Amino acid sequence: MYYMKLGITLIAAAVALAGCGEQKPAAKAEAKPAAPSALEVKIGHVGPLTGGIAHLGKDNENGARLAVEEANAARTRIDGKEVKFTFVAEDDQADPKTGTTVAQKLVDAKVAGVVGHLNSGTSIPASPIYNQAGIPVISGSATNPKLTEQGFKTQFRVVGRDDQQGPAIASYLATTKKPKLVAVIDDATAYGEGIANEVEKTLKAANIKVLPREKGTDKTTDWKAVLTKLRGRNPDAVFYGGMDATGGPLLKQGRELGIKAVFSFGDGACTDEMTKLAGAASEGLLCSQAGIPPQAADKKFLEAYKKRFNTDPILYAPFTYDAANLLIAAMQKANTSDPKKYLPELQKIDFTGATGKIAFDEKGDRKDAEMTIFTMKGGKLAPIAIVKSGKTMTYEEFVKGMK
Amino acid sequence: MDTFLQQLVNGLTAGSVYAVVALGYTMVYGIIQLINFAHGEVVMIGAMVAFTVINALAPTGLSPLAVVLVGTACAIPVCMLVGYSMERLAYRPLRGAPRLAPLITAIGVSILLQHLAMLVWSRNVLAFPQIINNTSYTLGGASITNVQIAIIAVCVALMGGLALLVYRTQLGTAMRATAQDPHVAGLMGVDVNRVIAATFVIGAALGAVAGVLYGTYYGVAQYTMGSILGLKAFSAAVLGGIGNIPGAMLGGVLLGLVEALGAGYIGDLSDLCAYGWIADFMSEQCAAAGHFILFGSNYQDVFAFLVLILVLVFRPSGLLGERVGDRA
Repeated sequence: MYYMKLGITLIAAAVALAGCGEQKPAAKAEAKPAAPSALEVKIGHVGPLTGGIAHLGKDNENGARLAVEEANAARTRIDGKEVKFTFVAEDDQADPKTGTTVAQKLVDAKVAGVVGHLNSGTSIPASPIYNQAGIPVISGSATNPKLTEQGFKTQFRVVGRDDQQGPAIASYLATTKKPKLVAVIDDATAYGEGIANEVEKTLKAANIKVLPREKGTDKTTDWKAVLTKLRGRNPDAVFYGGMDATGGPLLKQGRELGIKAVFSFGDGACTDEMTKLAGAASEGLLCSQAGIPPQAADKKFLEAYKKRFNTDPILYAPFTYDAANLLIAAMQKANTSDPKKYLPELQKIDFTGATGKIAFDEKGDRKDAEMTIFTMKGGKLAPIAIVKSGKTMTYEEFVKGMK
Repeated sequence: MDTFLQQLVNGLTAGSVYAVVALGYTMVYGIIQLINFAHGEVVMIGAMVAFTVINALAPTGLSPLAVVLVGTACAIPVCMLVGYSMERLAYRPLRGAPRLAPLITAIGVSILLQHLAMLVWSRNVLAFPQIINNTSYTLGGASITNVQIAIIAVCVALMGGLALLVYRTQLGTAMRATAQDPHVAGLMGVDVNRVIAATFVIGAALGAVAGVLYGTYYGVAQYTMGSILGLKAFSAAVLGGIGNIPGAMLGGVLLGLVEALGAGYIGDLSDLCAYGWIADFMSEQCAAAGHFILFGSNYQDVFAFLVLILVLVFRPSGLLGERVGDRA
């Protein structure tokens, strides 16, 4: 009997505690509208704040946070009422499962819109949750084409897609290096083969001869046989669709064999790791990344970011900044923060942000998204050109245009 | 012709590393008829230890050769210890057990070592610091780097040293005696346990050197690198005749050559458009792309196993014959 009593007491205590946990935010929410004519709008952000790429997650979050804080400071009005934007930052640990959990959490918290997630791997499984709740979500960094190929009206992204990268690097190669013969290699993965196919297609369209495709695997470290064969054909350029772990040895062994061709890679091998993996051989490699480097973003944004966070943006912060601003701009246009009502405005928005002009196509992808071409200079990747809708301009020209 | 010569050089380099790893398989098999599947993992640990040491010493400005030598000098004792503990803890208790038990234990040890390495060195691909300046020499149209020459030289020296040890020393005689018949060897005063342990330790030391060579040659190491390397070396040992020390050397070099030439030429050889009547049959695809390649160079890893199957079917005792001692 005693134990039963204790049990009941415990359960009661637990219920009370749980009740407290739920009631507290509710009480807050009630308290806020009490202030006359202030509308509270929650904007969510999701990115990994713990784990190996936590610094990138924090960078993304800072971008969106800055936009929200600026909107508050500017006393943004919607429907005649002053709005108090609340920024709800969640951590998805770059883990697909956690990604869906926090997505549900944001939906339950009735956010008006979400910026994120950082990774394609977390964005894709989370997207149906937002779609079902009708909450617009804009990613500033997920580049996998599949994200916007699911037919979800609520899904947007302000960064380019992986499948726009192949054409970009290929057209850069074709116009600046003018090769006559190009060798294309891939690592037989969906990513590598996909980007290599796009490159080959673009090169052939520019009347450049492409050697029969060579293949490795995502674990190949010995490329000597393939490279020796290619050396016999004497290509002017080599493109490899794969990651840095295999691309590094490829480049190193290519130079060891005395191949003089230009080596070019997609974003999988567009990392600073390449200097470590290929050593001196990495000098002069070409590679592409979706989007623009943060230093190329709007100067006003860069200054505001530096002032607020006392550091420079690392990677995608300008994009998440734009994403949050897009949500706010669409709400202002529709004169409501109701996701269902402002969504159509977001779809047809025409906006100029820190990363340039933004408009969405019918899938939710950014129209004319920029791709950046990098080259390895003194052991560091340096941007040299921006490719936008098939046109190449030098990085300096682009930066000048942004200011 | 340049291409062909170059492929030979590539194959010879990779093959001599395979040969050194294959020695580890063949020595253990020769003495206790156990295929030590964990040997590939010993090679991996050798590469990883060397990576840690080289990475730590690279910024000190020591000469590259000294750094690599120190790395190797650290990798060898660690691998010897791993080899010894493996034998002492996992295989010795199963000495009299049916053959399947130690074989499965070997697979278990392999998985265990792999995951231990993952915990210690993470699952990332580790890049060796590029401290050695590659100098290429041209040899009749083929280029060969100083690293490649060093690898071939070290492997030949190791094989020679091992041959001396096995055929000219007391320990070697004891090893051969144990291989022939452990019971009788024991009666003759040979400490069989000690000899078997020594075999594991020597094999592991060779594996450590192979791991360092492999790591510095390709510039990368990962906790999974041992499994495919181990399987290839095992195929090389079978090709030469498992249990047979000169066989492992021959098998390793041959396998390296088969792989390099295979990967280098399979694409051209399997281009259906190059063959008259098939090309006519497939004229549409050939006209569109100019080629219709059935197998690409990503089939490189397949050759080792193709060789393994062919040997097992047509010459199960290998090129130089199995030598596991005569059991009356």
